Parts: sequence; C-alpha cells; structure tokens
Amino acid sequence: MIELRNITKTYESDEMKTPVLKGITFTIKDGDFVAIMGPSGSGKSTLMHILGALDSASTGQYLLDGKNISDFTEDQLSDIRREKIGFVFQAFNLLPRATVLRNVMLPLIYAETPVKEREKIAGRALLSTGMPEDRWNHHSNQISGGQMQRVAIARALVNNPSLILADEPTGNLDSKTGNIVLGTFQRLNKEEGRTIILITHELDVAEHADRILHLKDGLIVKDSLHHTKRIIKMNDYDAD
Amino acid sequence: MMLTDLLIETYSAVTMNKARSGLTMLGIVIGIASVIAMISIGQGAQQSISNSIQSIGSNLVIIVPGAQKPGQFSSGRGSAQSLKMGDADAIQKEISGVQAVSPESSKRYQVTAKGKNTNTTVVGAGAAYTTVHNLEIEEGNFFTDTQVKSQAKVAILGPTTRNDLFGAGASVVGQTVRINKINFKIIGVAKSKGGSGFANPDDQIYVPVSVQIHFLSGSEYLSSISVQAQSQDQLVPVQNGITALLMQRHNIKNPDLSDFTAVNQADIVAAASSVTGIFTLLLAAIASISLLVGGIGIMNMMLTTVTERTREIGLRKAIGATRSDISFQFLAEAILLTFTGGGIGVLLGIGIATVVSSAFGIPTTVAMSSILLAFGVSSGIGIVFGYYPAQRAAKLNPIEALRYE
Repeated sequence: MIELRNITKTYESDEMKTPVLKGITFTIKDGDFVAIMGPSGSGKSTLMHILGALDSASTGQYLLDGKNISDFTEDQLSDIRREKIGFVFQAFNLLPRATVLRNVMLPLIYAETPVKEREKIAGRALLSTGMPEDRWNHHSNQISGGQMQRVAIARALVNNPSLILADEPTGNLDSKTGNIVLGTFQRLNKEEGRTIILITHELDVAEHADRILHLKDGLIVKDSLHHTKRIIKMNDYDAD
Repeated sequence: MMLTDLLIETYSAVTMNKARSGLTMLGIVIGIASVIAMISIGQGAQQSISNSIQSIGSNLVIIVPGAQKPGQFSSGRGSAQSLKMGDADAIQKEISGVQAVSPESSKRYQVTAKGKNTNTTVVGAGAAYTTVHNLEIEEGNFFTDTQVKSQAKVAILGPTTRNDLFGAGASVVGQTVRINKINFKIIGVAKSKGGSGFANPDDQIYVPVSVQIHFLSGSEYLSSISVQAQSQDQLVPVQNGITALLMQRHNIKNPDLSDFTAVNQADIVAAASSVTGIFTLLLAAIASISLLVGGIGIMNMMLTTVTERTREIGLRKAIGATRSDISFQFLAEAILLTFTGGGIGVLLGIGIATVVSSAFGIPTTVAMSSILLAFGVSSGIGIVFGYYPAQRAAKLNPIEALRYE
C-alpha cells in the first residue's frame, strides 16, 4: 500500500527556489498496475525518486506499507530500497562482465541471503520473467536488449519487493521487444499480484497499465482508469 | 554485506582490469621489496660489524695511550708514550674482577724467511693474548708466561704471513723467521680469523712482549693493554678501577689531562651499532619514498575506478547497498591490491637480499619483524590511500550516479 499525502519537492540553489512537485496526493493499493505519465519537466522523475526512496520530499508524507518514510535517514532509506522496492531502469544498468545469474543475485548480497538459497531464488525470478535457462550463464553484455531488460526485471523481483518501479523501461527498446517487456509486467501483475508503477512519457506505453496518473507541472491533473491494452500471449516470450 | 561476498566482489573487481591492477600493484611491490632488501642489507652490515668487534675478544677493556701534547699541538690519540709493563702488572695485581691482562706492543718490521720477505706487523704480546683475544692456534703452541719472562725468541705466525713467507698450508713449526735481523724460532701458526686488507688480524706475527721491548723496538712503552673482565657485569667496574689506578700511577689529578684512554668493548659495539642503525634507517627511509609513491598510485587508480564505476555505484545503492557497504567494497579493493603487492614485494625483497649477499659478499639478514612490518605497512597504505576514494564512492548521490554518462 502506497500513500502520498501532499508531497512537495523544491530544489534550492543560490537562493533560487525551483518547485518541482507542488502537492501530490494519491494512493496505490497492493496489486495495482499504475502508470505515471507526463511530458518531460512535469516532475515525474522527481516523483519516481521519492517513490523509490532515492530522495526525500520537501514536505508531505509518504507512507509505504503504513510506515512514514518521509523523514528517514540515508541508511534507513537504503534498507527500504533493499526490502521493499525493485527498480527497473531505462538503461538496464546491468554489471557488464558478470553473468545473468550473478546480476540477478546482486541484491541478495546486500540482503545477506544465505548463499545456498541465492541461486534458487534468482532462478525463480528469471523464470517468472521468461528468461530462457540456457542464457543464465551468459555474460550480460552478450544478450539482446529485450533479454537485458528481463534480467533487470528479474533483479528487481529477487528480493520480493512490495513495489516494482519501472522508469521508462521500454525507452531503449524497439516496439516489439518493448511490448514483450510490457507483457512481462502485465503477467507479473496479474499472475503474481505484484504492485507495479510504470513511469513513461508515452501514452501508448502507459495504456498497458490499469490506471494512469497524468502529471503536469508538478501536479496530478488526471487520474484515469481505462481500457487496458493487453499483450499477455506467452508465446511471445521467446520471440526475440 | 557478508565478508565472503565482500571478498568475491572485491576479487572480481580487481581482476576485471588485470593490467591496470597489476601495474598499480607494481608500485607497492617495488616499494616493499626495496624496504625489505634495504633493511636486510643494513641489518646484515650491523651484524657483521658487531661480529668482527666480538672477534677481537669478549668482555674487553682496552687501554691505549692518550694524545701527546707538547705545548699546544696534539699528535693524536695513541701517540703518547705513557703505558709501561709496570701498568699491566699493577692492573693484574690490584684490580678485582680481572680475568687476564695482555700488554701489547706492535710495530711493523721487514720479515724474511728462506729468501722471501714481507713487511708486516709484529705484535709483542703477553701469554694471556690467546685468551683475551680469542686467538686459536692451528698448529703448534702459543708462547707461555715462562717464555715471556725468559725473553725467548719464539714467534707465532698469522696464517696470511705464513702463506706469504712459506707458501699456503706449509708446515712451519720449528723453522726460523728473521725479524729485523734477529732470528726467531716458529713455534706455532694462528688460526684464521677472517678479514682482509689493512689491519688484517691474519697478517701478523706474535712474539713475547718482553722480546719486542728489549730486542726489537728498544722502547719500554706499550701500544696498548688489553684487559679481559671476568664477566660482562664486571666490565664497567674494571674499566673504572683501571682508570683510577693508572691516574694514580701516572700522577694525574684532572681526568681531562689523562695520558691514556680506557674503553670497554660494550661501548665500542654500541657505538658501531648506532652508526649502522642510522645507516639502516637511512636506507629504509629512502625505500619508503618509493612505497609512498606506490600508495599514491593506488589512490590514483582507485579514484579513476570510482569515476568509471559511478553508474554501478548508483545501481548498487538503488538496490539497497548502504554507504558503508560501498565504502568497504572500495577500501577492500585498495587493501587487496596493497596486501597482494606487499606479499610479492616481500618475496622479491628476500630475493634481492639473497642475490646481493651472494653476488657482493655482503651478509644480509631478513628479519621476521621486517616482513611483518612490510605487511602491516602495505595494508596500512591500502587503508590510508583507499579511504578517500572509498568515501567519495560512498557519498555519491544515487540519483546523480545513475544518470552519470
């Protein structure tokens, strides 16, 4: 459960105040698939950083699973990220010379998961993103872009987070592989009940979520439910 | 983050760019190797100097004449004629704690035997000379007290002198040697003490001190008196007793004007050690500079690594790494480099020390303490020079780090 109450964020530099978020309030229930959409400069990156516990709001409250994390210290925020949030980035951010499996196991290092269990947990995460098993020992720079993003999704899943935060996950992919990635999110949401927040500037991408929050100039201007574009066709996973 | 994970992450990061890690490590390798080699050479020199001082005898007090001062001009220490046989006898009789006294009078003469001749030092000595100076006899005997008293014209050759006059390894006991036109019967050959060049203890001839005084030099003055104390503890009391006794015998009231000097062996060893100690320290200090340069190399590489891996650091932070996780990881990388470099450096240093000692004949001692010190220092360098880059990595803002191109 995610609850934002009147969140603001103002950047200050040399007596210049730049308000980026001007009072954001919304609630996302567990198991929701929500897109946050807006043009560049609308404050969606800043909102994502706050949602992902990478940054703190200037004012307002952010309740994640009932805990107000707005005034957490840096190390406490690290704990929140480790236990509750899985990130998927536009640029994948995989360790290039490490294998697929090792990349997925990386968060388990910081969670101090027992070594014996790691491979099993990582394997389960990779399977649920549809990553073929014969690629698990490939180096992450030897696989295709679509596969890279699925490895990144598996990495986000591996700590069993309350929230998966995807920042323009299809931005570096062509539309076909982009659709496969979006399908992966839909399936994780419908079949595993994962809570997913998708940040994008493209309506076409946003429409794959069940609910869209439109952000403009630091405010939510529209909160819409709509007819979701569905792509769940399992056969597509091995298409690329 | 568990220790095993830290080690695995560190190892894979260091081996990621083997050439760079290797070259950076080389700085530490050279630094540690030179420190180890220099200290080994220094300590070896110290050991060999103190050995050669010990070889002149043990628990010795040596009395030499003071400077001759006619008017204002000093002719240098040892030039005065102030020690006589009577002084040696008085020391033997009146000072307690004395084991043996050897009055000595040395002078160089032309020596001939069987048509060959050489110029060497002839030491007029008491019968106690062998005990006092740890002189061992290879063949025959040293002269006795009776022979000293009866002024017997007998001689003991040093091994080098024997070789010069009769050829290497020749049996010479019973033969005659002619010193300053007086015939001496050879009754023994001394064992080699090692040494070469100037003041070589092997290139000497020993004759009774009474013979030296009455037949060779014609002077009643001694060049030194060597006194052996009964034990190490007696060294200082004996030295003080001798000083007091001789000042009384020579009618000297002011110690500053005394015409002799009594030094004990412990002081000589201490003085020599302090000189070689400074020498060792100097060598180590010079070598440390290369260690410092190596450390700066580590820091330089770590800073580059942090910059190159900014995005990775951002990612690690995003997936839950704390500041200390990141900081430890980079610190561990620096320590791994310096520690491995230190290990290789120790081996290389021991190798250099061995080569130096076998090629140049300089004895070297590789002390365990210097090896431990090297490991300690190299890890310390890792911590000191890795700390700043590690802090820089830990303080990176994850948002900016993830955006870094």
